[in-house]
Amino acid sequence: MSEQKNVGIVIVSHSAKVAEGAADMVRQMVGDSVPLAAVGGNADGGLGTDVGAIMGAIDKAWSESGVAILVDLGGAETNSEMAIEMMPETRRDRIVICNAPLVEGAVMAATEASGGSPLDAVRATAEELMGG
Amino acid sequence: MDQDFKRRLIMAMADAIIAHAEELTALDSAIGDGDHGLNMKRGFEAVLADADNITAKPLPDALKAIGMTLVMKVGGASGPLYGTLAMGLGKALPPEPSVADAAAALDRAIADVKARGKSEAGQKTMLDVLIPVQVAFAAGGEDLATRLPAVAAEAADATVPMKAIRGRASFLGERSIGHMDPGARSSSLLVQAICSVFNEA
Repeated sequence: MSEQKNVGIVIVSHSAKVAEGAADMVRQMVGDSVPLAAVGGNADGGLGTDVGAIMGAIDKAWSESGVAILVDLGGAETNSEMAIEMMPETRRDRIVICNAPLVEGAVMAATEASGGSPLDAVRATAEELMGG
Repeated sequence: MDQDFKRRLIMAMADAIIAHAEELTALDSAIGDGDHGLNMKRGFEAVLADADNITAKPLPDALKAIGMTLVMKVGGASGPLYGTLAMGLGKALPPEPSVADAAAALDRAIADVKARGKSEAGQKTMLDVLIPVQVAFAAGGEDLATRLPAVAAEAADATVPMKAIRGRASFLGERSIGHMDPGARSSSLLVQAICSVFNEA
């Protein structure tokens, strides 16, 4: 199984440092076995989220198997939903936002993805964290 | 709608947001993350910077362009919400709308905002201003441009005793009570700005 077949992971935080830090933890777990992109901050470099940058991160982490997005607070979710809608139609149904905590969700999703699991399994693994 | 009128609408909205940016940020500091004024200012400055290009378009396309600019530049949840509102209006409005067209388009755009924010009336959001304004607008009558700003201002005031259910303010639970919702205030400011241009016409 080639590496680019694994589901990609996108981390979206209001803070670039949080996004990068979470990505560091993912890399430590799974190395380069999953496509990964982290994005944080608004267009001015302050705290916030940026639809254009999220679209860029989805492109960077793109896999034909799909992309799972992990978000922190509300604006990150709303802006990620907007970014998905603005992606090419052929890709939209292969991009999901996981209802999971950012750091733990990203690590769990990436670990699942590194084993070659399909997108719905990656999402379910991340979302188990919310089920308790 | 001619280019000059579209320009006056954009300038009035941008001026209102920019002039009240600190107030909006202060409201957001009380119950949110304190960036609503700065975010909206950034978005409307980008709209102003592109005003020549935007106002040259027919009204539906101009609204879509404004919506896209807000989505890309605001940098908070209010970007997709106001962007969705503007794009929804752009989709629903004819190039030369009547009052009835505008009320119907606002109703549809509000439905888009509800879906985007997964929110309803009474949850202490911009919808708590937009919905009463749409209702008053749809009821019609004389002096709409004079009456709607008062409807909007009262509706924004009415968010003060509400408990936030959606958005960052919802994290505060009961502590969100007693503060005006910043999105309700920015919506009220935009309604006032738009009506002021129609009043001058």
